[in-house]
Amino acid sequence: MTARPVTRRIGVGRTAVPLRGFYLGMLFLLYLPIGILFVFSFNAGTTLRFPIEALTLDWYAEVIGNGPMLAAARNSLLVGAGSATAATIIGLLVSTAVLRFRFRGRGALLALAGLPLIVPFVVMGVAFFLLFVAVDLPRSLLSVAIGHTIIATPYATLIQLARLSGLDPALEDAAMDLGATYPATLRRVVLPLMGPTVVAAWLTSFIVSFDEIAVAIFLVGGDPTFPVFLYGQVRFAQRLPVLIAMAVLLMIGTVALTLVALRLRTKE
Amino acid sequence: MLGRRGTLPFLAGPPALWLALFFVVPLLLIAAFSLRAGSGAVGPAGAWVPSIEHYQQVFGTPAFLRLLGLSVATAVGIATLATLLAYPVAYYLTFRAGTRATLYLTLLLIPFAVSYLLRVMAWKLMLGPDGGINSLLQGLGLTSEPLGLLLYSRPAVIVTLVYVWVPFAALPIYAAMQRIDRSHLEAAADLGAGPWARFWRVTVPLSLPGALATFFMVFIPTVGEYVTPALVGGTDGIMYGNIILGFFTRSANWPLGSAMAMIMLVLTLLLVVVALRIVDLRRVSL
Repeated sequence: MTARPVTRRIGVGRTAVPLRGFYLGMLFLLYLPIGILFVFSFNAGTTLRFPIEALTLDWYAEVIGNGPMLAAARNSLLVGAGSATAATIIGLLVSTAVLRFRFRGRGALLALAGLPLIVPFVVMGVAFFLLFVAVDLPRSLLSVAIGHTIIATPYATLIQLARLSGLDPALEDAAMDLGATYPATLRRVVLPLMGPTVVAAWLTSFIVSFDEIAVAIFLVGGDPTFPVFLYGQVRFAQRLPVLIAMAVLLMIGTVALTLVALRLRTKE
Repeated sequence: MLGRRGTLPFLAGPPALWLALFFVVPLLLIAAFSLRAGSGAVGPAGAWVPSIEHYQQVFGTPAFLRLLGLSVATAVGIATLATLLAYPVAYYLTFRAGTRATLYLTLLLIPFAVSYLLRVMAWKLMLGPDGGINSLLQGLGLTSEPLGLLLYSRPAVIVTLVYVWVPFAALPIYAAMQRIDRSHLEAAADLGAGPWARFWRVTVPLSLPGALATFFMVFIPTVGEYVTPALVGGTDGIMYGNIILGFFTRSANWPLGSAMAMIMLVLTLLLVVVALRIVDLRRVSL
């Protein structure tokens, strides 16, 4: 039997299924609503009717004067930064413990860090709600941040677990042979190697929290996060364009952060 | 000096404690509240008389059960649609996009990085009576009156949530397809299988774990949805999650709401256990 050239590209261009067209059509449908929001934020009216009559930058100018909205955005930044930091630390500790040690409860710890991913948000919302009722902690940004830490932990753990499992444990053995204590080894050998991944895990957790609403609705007190604020204002059609303008500004930020996180992960 | 082994409690201890306190205990509290007699906004201080009355009430109220069934059916529909739409995209990225696959995947994922609420709002704007689709239809002379049924309906919820999840849905399928050994396809070709036979008998079976992972990763967040139904669903489009939220806000009945949340939790965990029996999800890491 004669060998066929192995470079032959199996399946490529063999069927007449217009896959490229399907992909491009999908991209178009995915970007269209976002484009419409963009247009809406520059639209002079408060309803979206085509053809657009006049364009304006007024809504963006009004963003600056809208105190409650800016406060909500600041709250989201605080909650996101706090919960991302906690979730990233938890993820790093779990990854190190699980990958570098064998101990009783190892599987349980890993499962516990991943399980929040498969609990519906409404159930998590109820769970946190009852916890803060039980310990008599008034609902506030702190309760939202604690809830978001749990929501973000699976993401932070899985991202860091993937990177650490690719690091050779021999590096740590070498450091300890040279006299470093294990904590010093973690700090001076493992952490620097994990650096970009830790940042990617933090950014991903931050975005998960920044965008989260279903759990937050159960947990906010008088001080809303931005999604909760936006959700509460939706009924007022007059205020919608300013909210959308603000959301578009924040969107540019979160998309940029996501791309940075993606890049940090793929570079390794 | 702290040895390697001595470090372990400091590594495993804090996360274990944190997760026990803020994840396990809260879930146990749902169970505790759901098995407690009484109704209303009952705090921890009140009497704790064990009772299964709330479960009896849920299973004895056809409206609740109907809504649970409808929510599961809606989530199954959304997860199925998202998986079917994402499959050809993942196939294209794996087998046809060549060296540009990473760029094309990133382009697909950017909309997923846009705030969830913002994407739902976009559909609210487009579907509304004053919205983009209606004014476009009228502008083109296709209709003279705004179509009322676009917004505030179950189809509106389905369209919106499929839109929200499709970019993400391609990821697990793409990961599974990337792991398909091309030599299997070569072998099938050498043995005389045509393109369709290779697709159905090699590619599909080997990518099925990814497709199932996608299905569940869309189903789980969707079955408990209440935000999208509240924004675009109207009274016809509400889901089980909206009722749960209601029992913790307007019509406070914490024990009954806890029982409903518990039923949803058990149902979801059962489905995940079933899924793990069908397919080893560890093989489809993201």
